Amino acid sequence: MFATTVQKESWHIVSALVENKPGVLFRVTNLFRARSFNIESITVGSTEQQDLSRMTITTNSDEKTLDQLVKQLRKLIDVIEVKVLDTDKTVYRELALIKIRAVDPTTRSEIVNYATIFRGNILDIGKETITVEITGTPDKIDAFKNLVEHYGIAQLSRTGVSALPRGGVES
Amino acid sequence: MTGAKALIQALEKEGVDVVFGLPGGANLPIYDALVDANFRHILVRHEQSAAHMADGYARIKRKAGVCFATSGPGATNLITGIATAYADSSPIVAVTGQVPLAMIGKDAFQETDIIGVANPCTKYSFQPRAAAEIPEMIKKAVYIAESGRPGPVLVDIPKDVQQATADMKFPELIKVRGYNPNVEADLSEMARAVELLLNAERPIIMAGGGVILSGAFSELQALAELVKIPVVTTFKGKGAFPENHPLAMGPIGMHGHAEANKIIVEADCIVAVGARFSDRSVGKFDEFGKGMSIIHLDIDPAEIGKNKSVDVALVGDVKSSLRTLVKMFSKKMIKKDSDNPWLKRRKELIQYYAETLKDYPREITAKKSLKKLRELLPANAIVTTEVGQCQMWASLHFDVITPGTFFSSTGLGTMGFGFPASIGAKAAKPNVPVVDIAGDGSFNMTENSLAVSVLDKLPVIVFLMNNYMLGMVAQWQRTFYNRRYSGVHQHNCPDYVKIADAYGAQGIRAESMHELDKAIKAALKSDVATVIDIPIDPEEDVYPFVAPGTGLKDMIVGA
Ligand SMILES: Cc1cc2nc3c(=O)[nH]c(=O)nc-3n(C[C@H](O)[C@H](O)[C@H](O)COP(=O)(O)OP(=O)(O)OC[C@H]3O[C@@H](n4cnc5c(N)ncnc54)[C@H](O)[C@@H]3O)c2cc1C
Ligand SMILES: Cc1ncc(C[n+]2csc(CCOP(=O)(O)OP(=O)(O)O)c2C)c(N)n1
Ligand SMILES: [Mg+2]
Repeated sequence: MFATTVQKESWHIVSALVENKPGVLFRVTNLFRARSFNIESITVGSTEQQDLSRMTITTNSDEKTLDQLVKQLRKLIDVIEVKVLDTDKTVYRELALIKIRAVDPTTRSEIVNYATIFRGNILDIGKETITVEITGTPDKIDAFKNLVEHYGIAQLSRTGVSALPRGGVES
Repeated sequence: MTGAKALIQALEKEGVDVVFGLPGGANLPIYDALVDANFRHILVRHEQSAAHMADGYARIKRKAGVCFATSGPGATNLITGIATAYADSSPIVAVTGQVPLAMIGKDAFQETDIIGVANPCTKYSFQPRAAAEIPEMIKKAVYIAESGRPGPVLVDIPKDVQQATADMKFPELIKVRGYNPNVEADLSEMARAVELLLNAERPIIMAGGGVILSGAFSELQALAELVKIPVVTTFKGKGAFPENHPLAMGPIGMHGHAEANKIIVEADCIVAVGARFSDRSVGKFDEFGKGMSIIHLDIDPAEIGKNKSVDVALVGDVKSSLRTLVKMFSKKMIKKDSDNPWLKRRKELIQYYAETLKDYPREITAKKSLKKLRELLPANAIVTTEVGQCQMWASLHFDVITPGTFFSSTGLGTMGFGFPASIGAKAAKPNVPVVDIAGDGSFNMTENSLAVSVLDKLPVIVFLMNNYMLGMVAQWQRTFYNRRYSGVHQHNCPDYVKIADAYGAQGIRAESMHELDKAIKAALKSDVATVIDIPIDPEEDVYPFVAPGTGLKDMIVGA
């Protein structure tokens, strides 16, 4: 009934410095839920400063929604700083652990080959599976996943994106 | 010193002069410390009312109102009041007891994760883990509640933390990293606003709740008078500008004044001053302000572009932004003709609707009784409302003369708010008459606060527009559901005169305009609360009406 003109969605990385104390992640995720912001991934971890954590959020949003997401995040008292990172001027990586079904020797060597090409690591080889670690942009991980999907993926765990701006020294 | 004592002292240091609350197991230490407090404690009959009282107090004092409750059900009873304050950006500090630290997470007796429950409707919340943290937390809680865009703050104190002793330090200065409420609007944006306004032929000011929260009454009036701009308000902004002023047009919106809804769609430049473009005030978002330029003054950056894209955004306290605008205008001022076509249009619209809108045919009606109330109340009387038709009639037919003397639960529309809030307002300003313009359904929800009004000598007037009906819902059922009434009749129950009597208050039934006149005069002289029971025809509707999802231009002016 109140829909405004539909805008184009694109992929964004939002980086937030937040207080490193209990309840902050809850406040952030509760905000996303309450305002129906669509989050693709969220990672939280420590930073160079002990009392601060960095949250990296990726989202497919139109400009208007992204603007609201950033402003509503900034409004949270435990959030110190929020930036939308320009993906061209940002280093960002995700880590994925992929357990692939691999019983026969050909499959096994193919997977090892692919993993090498993707600069992945073989972490574990079982009787029926091989577990590969891939680090890279989400696109790269998607590409690897697509490549091995037909063998059958037994389990998959992705960390979500972690990011920093290129160059500079400021936090 | 114990944590509980530190809490009381910290509140004293913040200048708190009254706290509304109700005790229980988890805040017994606080209630024990309260015995020696130098402020007043008002015992409520339901915690929801404690929060509403703190809210009413806050809206009149423009300082944080404080309420206390125990853990579990005491704390959850506060929630409606906290959510009401959140929706209307009202500063309250709610202090709840919590089960002891070691019991948290064990599903202890009367344990509720109240911080989790309250999170979506609090500006911030604290839970001290050691008694020594309490003084600083209280100072921060009051600071966060009152500054910037105000709002409710919750302080949830585990019982053992209340009991523990520590060397207390009461800080004079506090810093909350990540919270910077003192923003000043950009001067180049200011200059653009001035240009837009100077070039506008049909400018209009839309004053909202932010003006009242900021107390920017004289600044708003100065701008309106200097540039000669007609002023409409939102319902929350009602009384931000004197409604008998030659530039005033009254509230816009779903139940706005006809002339206000009409003029705003004819404008070419809207100056929204501390208003958040709520659906109730602007109707269909896409349609509102189409082809006009919009200047938005707001302290909350997140409000800019949330519901409406705007041409110029002045982010800062409206008081300071308006002051700067007035200064810039005084330098530029090209004298505007006070007889220009736009101001003539204002008069024309007011006159047109005064002549065309029909009165409901009855000896006593909502409109007539509210006009009578206005006639008999001093200009500085404080008026609040319940929710429903009564509230919208108040918006339409009761003119606020002294800015900042009117408030209502507008964002949440909480039935039962008005009466306890009026008691809170009376506690804030005991020397002026305070009136709750009430509906029967709403008053019924928190009428037990009559005990508080009587026992704590806070005599207020309940102006009960009694249709024995959940009237606003009935009106929607008449309008949109083909008169299929469902769950709206109150069946003449209870007798509100007897209810008043039962609490030792004064109950007066007023069945004619003459009786109403006498009743209001008696109420103004009474030293106990007065309930004036005014029978209203359950078929009397509120008009004008802008149906939800439609634009202001689609306003229906009458049946
Ligand atoms: C039954 C019912 C019917 C209603 N009908 C109508 C209707 O017809 N018309 C109508 O308008 N409303 C109506 N309402 C009320 C509506 O729901 C909204 O609450 C109201 O429109 C909000 O008004 P607002 O934006 O002015 O105020 P608020 O909600 O108080 O918003 C205030 C804005 O000002 C900002 N602000 C706060 N402090 C400052 C400061 N110091 N400086 C600068 N900015 C500041 C805030 O950030 C916020 O954006 C109705 C409510 C009910 C219950
Ligand atoms: C707590 C709560 N419950 C339900 C509603 C929905 N509601 C809005 S107006 C209204 C009727 C109010 O009746 P009354 O107080 O008698 O006022 P009237 O409309 O009759 O003037 C109701 C039930 C509400 N706003 N608040
Ligand atoms: Mg009613």
